[in-house]
Amino acid sequence: MLSRNAESLFWASRYMERADTMARNLEVGYRMSMMPAKNGGYTSEWKSILTATSTLQQFQESYSEISEENVESFLVYDNSNFSSIRSCLRMARDNARQVRTAITRDTWLAFNQAYLEFKDFDDSVENRVDLPTICDWVKRQASMVRGAFINTQLQTDGYSFFNLGYYVERADNTARSIDIKYHVLLPTIDMLGGSIDNYQWSTLLRSLGAYRSFHWAYGGEYSPDRIADFLILNRSCPRSLCYCIEKITLHLEQLCSSYGKYTPAQTHAMRMLDELRTISVNKIIANGLHEYLMQFVQENNHLAERIGESFLFGER
Amino acid sequence: MTSGGHVREPYKEVMKWIEQTDPNLIHQKHRQAEALFRQIGITFAVYGEGGDSERLIPFDIMPRVFTATEWEKLERGVKQRARALNAFLWDVYHRGEIILSGRMPGKLVYQNDAYEPSVVGFSPSQKVFSHIIGVDLVRTGADEFYVLEDNCRTPSGVSYMLENREIMMRLFPQLFRTNRIMPVDNYPGLLRKTLKSVAPEKCDNEPTVVVLTPGAANSAYFEHSFLADQMGVELVEGRDLFIKGDFVFMRTTRGPRRVDVIYRRIDDAFIDPLCFRADSLLGVPGLMNAYRAGGVQICSAPGAGVADDKAVYTYVPEMIRFYLGEEPILNNVQTWRCSEADDLKYVLDNLADLVVKEVHGSGGYGMLVGPASTKAEIEQYRLRILADPEDFIAQPTLALSTTPTYVEQELAPRHVDLRPYCLVGESIELCPGGLTRVAMREGSLVVNSSQGGGVKDTWVLSN
Repeated sequence: MLSRNAESLFWASRYMERADTMARNLEVGYRMSMMPAKNGGYTSEWKSILTATSTLQQFQESYSEISEENVESFLVYDNSNFSSIRSCLRMARDNARQVRTAITRDTWLAFNQAYLEFKDFDDSVENRVDLPTICDWVKRQASMVRGAFINTQLQTDGYSFFNLGYYVERADNTARSIDIKYHVLLPTIDMLGGSIDNYQWSTLLRSLGAYRSFHWAYGGEYSPDRIADFLILNRSCPRSLCYCIEKITLHLEQLCSSYGKYTPAQTHAMRMLDELRTISVNKIIANGLHEYLMQFVQENNHLAERIGESFLFGER
Repeated sequence: MTSGGHVREPYKEVMKWIEQTDPNLIHQKHRQAEALFRQIGITFAVYGEGGDSERLIPFDIMPRVFTATEWEKLERGVKQRARALNAFLWDVYHRGEIILSGRMPGKLVYQNDAYEPSVVGFSPSQKVFSHIIGVDLVRTGADEFYVLEDNCRTPSGVSYMLENREIMMRLFPQLFRTNRIMPVDNYPGLLRKTLKSVAPEKCDNEPTVVVLTPGAANSAYFEHSFLADQMGVELVEGRDLFIKGDFVFMRTTRGPRRVDVIYRRIDDAFIDPLCFRADSLLGVPGLMNAYRAGGVQICSAPGAGVADDKAVYTYVPEMIRFYLGEEPILNNVQTWRCSEADDLKYVLDNLADLVVKEVHGSGGYGMLVGPASTKAEIEQYRLRILADPEDFIAQPTLALSTTPTYVEQELAPRHVDLRPYCLVGESIELCPGGLTRVAMREGSLVVNSSQGGGVKDTWVLSN
């Protein structure tokens, strides 16, 4: 397949997944903001979401106050914010359009519909649909793209490039979502294990669509270490870091065996996977959860670069 | 429709259905059609107007209908033209016999901007220069068709021919059951076959065909991706290709892969920055060398544009007689060449009744429609002609036929033209259908999409 097409497939799925996670992150903030904060006020949740999505600085350049309304404007509708849901849906669709000859009609329709319907939403503050509604809508669109793709796409190299984009992005996003929790907790570390803490952890699970799965996997009790274990190391949780990296190695292996070559991307992914399979959650927490997550995000970025180099993306 | 507003025979079934159907339902179908076009992304880009840059072409749910007999004559006429145009192209890059014989002024050819000196003496595979020819036709009477112009470079619109049909079949299945409509969906297959049949001599394997596009920002990008998709070939941009030796390769995730036939949808001026415009990044450096060395086939061939100039057009009937020894089946519209003194005088004396076009113009831009213009506009245009007479031709405003068109929730007659697409390779093929463009405004003769024209499905009934 054309290298440029491989790249577009990779980014079309990444942006769609990014929109999906942004909606999920906003849900975390929305739910958390309904709980009283220890130090009064309700803004720390929104700030932590901006921090974890690496958009706090840009936000502060254009908005004066961290309010729900402003964060919503910035993360959902703002055209100048490249991580906003609007931007993600547009770029996902632009990439899909670039590569229309490499995706099925069903997949294209799903991308295009998400883009077109979003354009019809009124973004003025008075007339907006409420936040939970828009978040649900985004998650549904993302599911439709993913579903159309899985159901109709020929499972050859293009299928792998698309999935590589998915899992690279999802790993990044899960790490950042857990980090939101870390930022929220930061000022109230004494409440660890308290009811608010548990509420926040369960909110994180809900937003990742993993609430019920957690119960299946671990029984009833939430505890920070079990949830961290679930979202970082559990190999059957489809959003865990371990699961994502495992899928990446799998798709890389498929690609490389059909192409008959071995690539630096594989070496890198295997190393990440080995580490995830051998480390314990206690060790992660003891060394600092935040530090661990940020290091993971960085490693994951390197992995994306290796994938690009291995399949000649960006070679012009 | 005839001038009296009667509906001609081939439309009977459609009209019967319209009469029997609830107007609300028809209106609903019309809305549905628009929604489908938007959803599928069948749009064209509009440059420089701001706002939504992707625009829908108005789609008219009333089909245009031809009987098998009407079509049979058109088909013969279009194919005849396609043969003559290709013979002409081959000739003017070789001995130029039509000019030596004195039947056509050499100046028109050799001083033409589209004439490509770098391919003189070069013979593309099958001697074909123009592989896809879109012939624009108008009808003026029951049995009278005139050719308005030939498009020998990269005629666009064929994706509309196919998508219009898809949408009509989805919205009006009952009409397809009661009418025997010839299918058009084999066009992509015919196109692929045609392109493969002109693979260059150095191709020693199953030919690899690609479609070359300027990119997603181009106004016809939908069509480019659609055709590549339907043919099952790669859609490439210039930056995906590179030259090594006499061959063209594309960059793939598996490494370089050879390309044999390029269906290019970018103009000559942009295909090779080493040969033509150095400032353009759309093309492939060195492509012309590979082409001349027989390592790759470019469709249409560089230099093919010399046959679709509006001044050259006036000589097509002469070409048919000269190269084929036949009489033209389809007539040209009477055309005055402002380069000739007598013609110029006539044109200047009759501006108010004529349509005047720039020789190199396209897309309906820069023309004067005399009867629809004000005195001031005519006088202004007169000055343009006088400044550079060779740049203009003029034609009468024909009594163009109209077809019933769904406008503002009712049927009204509107002017149309027709562009069938002729494929020239080892054999010559014409798909039974084409693109019918319709002027959506009452009385308007301008059907170009860039001027607000719409499209409709074109039916050829089988016997």
